[in-house]
Amino acid sequence: MHTELVAPHPRSRPSAPPPTPATATACAHCGQPVPSELLDPVDGLQFCCSGCRIVCNMLRQHALDGYYAQRDLEPGQTAPALVTGRDYAEFDDPRFLALYARSNGDERTLELLLEGVHCAACVWLVEKLPELVPGVTQCRLDYARRTAVVSYRTATPTGVDTRARPEATTRASAIARTLDRLGYPPHPHRDGERAALARREERDLLTRLGVAGASAGNSMLFALALYSGGFADMDAGHMRYFRLLSALTALPAVTWSALVFYRGALGAVRARRPHMDLPLSLGIVLGALWGAFNLLRGAGEVYFDSLSTLVFVLLAARFVQVRQQSRAELAAGRARALTPHDARQLNESGAVEVVPAESVPQGAHVEVLAGDTFPVDGRVIEGASQADTSWLTGESVPRRVATGTHVFAGTTNLMSRVVVYAEQSGAETRAARLWQEVQRAATRRAPIATLAEHASAYFLVGVLVLACLGFLAWLPSGAGAAIEVAVALLVVTCPCGLALATPLTVSAALGQAARAGLLIKGGEFLEELSKPALIVFDKTGTLTEGRLSLLRWLGDESLGPAIKALEQTSSHPIARALVATLADVDAAVATAIEHRLGVGVSGVIDGRRVSVGAPASVSGPLPEWADAALSQLGAEGSSAVLVSVDGEVRAVLGLGDPIRKEAAGVLAALRQRGHRLALLSGDREAVVQHVAAELESASGLLELFETARGELGPEAKLAFVEAERERGQRVFMVGDGVNDAAALAAASVGIAVHGGAEASLQAADVFATRPGVQPILELCHGARRALGVIRLNLAVSLVYNLVAACLCLAGAITPLWAAVIMPLSSLSVVMHSYRRRMFGADQ
Amino acid sequence: MSVLFIAVPAALAFAASAVCAFLWASRSGQLDDLDTPPLRMLQDDGALRPAAPKTKRR
Repeated sequence: MHTELVAPHPRSRPSAPPPTPATATACAHCGQPVPSELLDPVDGLQFCCSGCRIVCNMLRQHALDGYYAQRDLEPGQTAPALVTGRDYAEFDDPRFLALYARSNGDERTLELLLEGVHCAACVWLVEKLPELVPGVTQCRLDYARRTAVVSYRTATPTGVDTRARPEATTRASAIARTLDRLGYPPHPHRDGERAALARREERDLLTRLGVAGASAGNSMLFALALYSGGFADMDAGHMRYFRLLSALTALPAVTWSALVFYRGALGAVRARRPHMDLPLSLGIVLGALWGAFNLLRGAGEVYFDSLSTLVFVLLAARFVQVRQQSRAELAAGRARALTPHDARQLNESGAVEVVPAESVPQGAHVEVLAGDTFPVDGRVIEGASQADTSWLTGESVPRRVATGTHVFAGTTNLMSRVVVYAEQSGAETRAARLWQEVQRAATRRAPIATLAEHASAYFLVGVLVLACLGFLAWLPSGAGAAIEVAVALLVVTCPCGLALATPLTVSAALGQAARAGLLIKGGEFLEELSKPALIVFDKTGTLTEGRLSLLRWLGDESLGPAIKALEQTSSHPIARALVATLADVDAAVATAIEHRLGVGVSGVIDGRRVSVGAPASVSGPLPEWADAALSQLGAEGSSAVLVSVDGEVRAVLGLGDPIRKEAAGVLAALRQRGHRLALLSGDREAVVQHVAAELESASGLLELFETARGELGPEAKLAFVEAERERGQRVFMVGDGVNDAAALAAASVGIAVHGGAEASLQAADVFATRPGVQPILELCHGARRALGVIRLNLAVSLVYNLVAACLCLAGAITPLWAAVIMPLSSLSVVMHSYRRRMFGADQ
Repeated sequence: MSVLFIAVPAALAFAASAVCAFLWASRSGQLDDLDTPPLRMLQDDGALRPAAPKTKRR
């Protein structure tokens, strides 16, 4: 089974260009400022990165400058172009093609998921692929799914004289390379089963909706004739004719389209759970049967127009709701970092063969270069390096790997090339198995009983009671009249407004939330979010920035140039953090640079030996002030870096993961709303306690966190969440790494934050596309507002229903009344739902 | 008014053929992607004058 679990692909995320002064030149392609060191005084055009340059040249080369005009039609954010420069050779591998491409004679069709698609101009550009790559016959981009379907010729069709009509052919790798150089790195894509099923369901729903619409429209036309006949006389023959026609045209809506509701009602009965589909189906079926009976006997009222319109309107609401949900799922899935789907396998002679990662057999030797992700689980047999396991374990500091160390698929190899003896690949890797656990936890979860379901239960009972009362009250006037009243009651109080109240408000709320960057996968989560809960936070990436940064600098401040000179030669996270902090400092010139793995860097600058590294890099005793600094940093859980010149310690730098500035305020606000807070992290205990203490003092509240624990693995986090839920506590889990995914699935509402690994995005119910904790506050606030709107809508619809019921019991109801009341109640609900601001700027 | 007995079924047959066309379009997947066609509608082929970045002729 193709594992869907992925790790943050190091090359997928463009690193932001370092900050430049405001007067910088703008990139000719994306408009971002060009860093000073890349300014080329000779060239007429300036670019912020090689990616942008490559794309712009491609466009000019093929006379596709129209792209810029297209893009300017729609003002929006532009980002530097993503160009990985890979050669995609593995796309031509027959195993790859067997998995991802469909053959049709000489033509092949490939589905590719593209990164970097963000506007209409991208659609235009991608669909121009046939002009850029001879041999491609068609390229269509599905914007919502970011998937391009490319058809291309692999061989000249037989029987065609190639001299007269040369038919170009091409290969999958050429297509992939072109897309990459346009700024859209492609990834192989096959609809997961769930996605394919969702697509089929949406298609089915749309079809039924269309038919119901046609049905309702035509039925209403004939009903209009009948109403007119009610005011001026119509002869009996025509009356019967039109009644028959209104029944026939309503038939498709009431039988085929309404199956959606009948199935829902049957499901509700079997599961013994209330659902709005139940009173709905009852009303439609009884109304249709009674109408048919009246049609045959030639007396009494027929309500076919109202029934078919009811079906149409409610199906429309359901369609909107379903699309909303699938959009949120798609967006969350799209933001994922994508698989390292290839592995560099070494064969007996030592040559490298690039193969799909899932196909690596046990015992194979796999080469992993510096900067690449490990494609399999295994042990290192050659080389030594450091691995970034933060998204799997939550550790913020890289872990040493050497011969014999176990490594895991998805973690990043930071420093140098290693060779790994493969032990598990594909679905057997630890990450994949964790993912399976996540999926199991998700299916085990009990569905949330929503407000709408409770309302529908009471509603059903109420309507049935009223119908019986009406029947009994009118019985003295005759059985026919009594049944008429009871059925009319069921039809007219058919919960049009009521059934619309929740789905429409939910759709409107989810749409607004999505525009505010909060992707919620379903209405039931909205309800849960509006209630007080225990909110469990992950530390790294959620409460903290998630990257190593310089926190403290003690000692000589003039050593910046020297530090930069040494550290810019290393790709260790600490080195990168230091270089980033010193972005506007010019590096000194260093010679005789020496790297000691896991210890530090040293070199000669201006004749002095300068060394930057861990405390272990300094031999001999440290000055007192340095010692004090070290113990302070140790207590905080930060990493210490010592800078020494000619053996003498001159500066102590403290590096750590900085706490987000707004975190304390947000946490305090959440406490004030009645939520309880907990902090669970995989990082070291000292760091976690330090972060908790800092947040507490910054927020001004005592006991900010009910629980703060470190060094927790994914299983431990899951256990905590499950234990709390056993006790009946509502739990919101906020996290981003794979070590949170299982807990996210088990919580009442799982919230994945920006930058998260794919596993947590899939396991979570809400995805916050903006980093930080501020979105959590907005979620709770917006959810509460949305619930308020839902309740108001329910109240308004109830009023309409009461009016209609009174008219029925008084015997004053006619199909005309029904045809007026139902649209009115629906319209009020629709207007109210879509005009109220629940999520958004004015919070 | 007896023309109604011919006119109405004729109109209904016409409507039914429209519904069949809709069913065919929906079943063959043409209506699956409702997001990209609105974007494609705004695109001109060739009529757009490129607003290219200013280039210096080399």
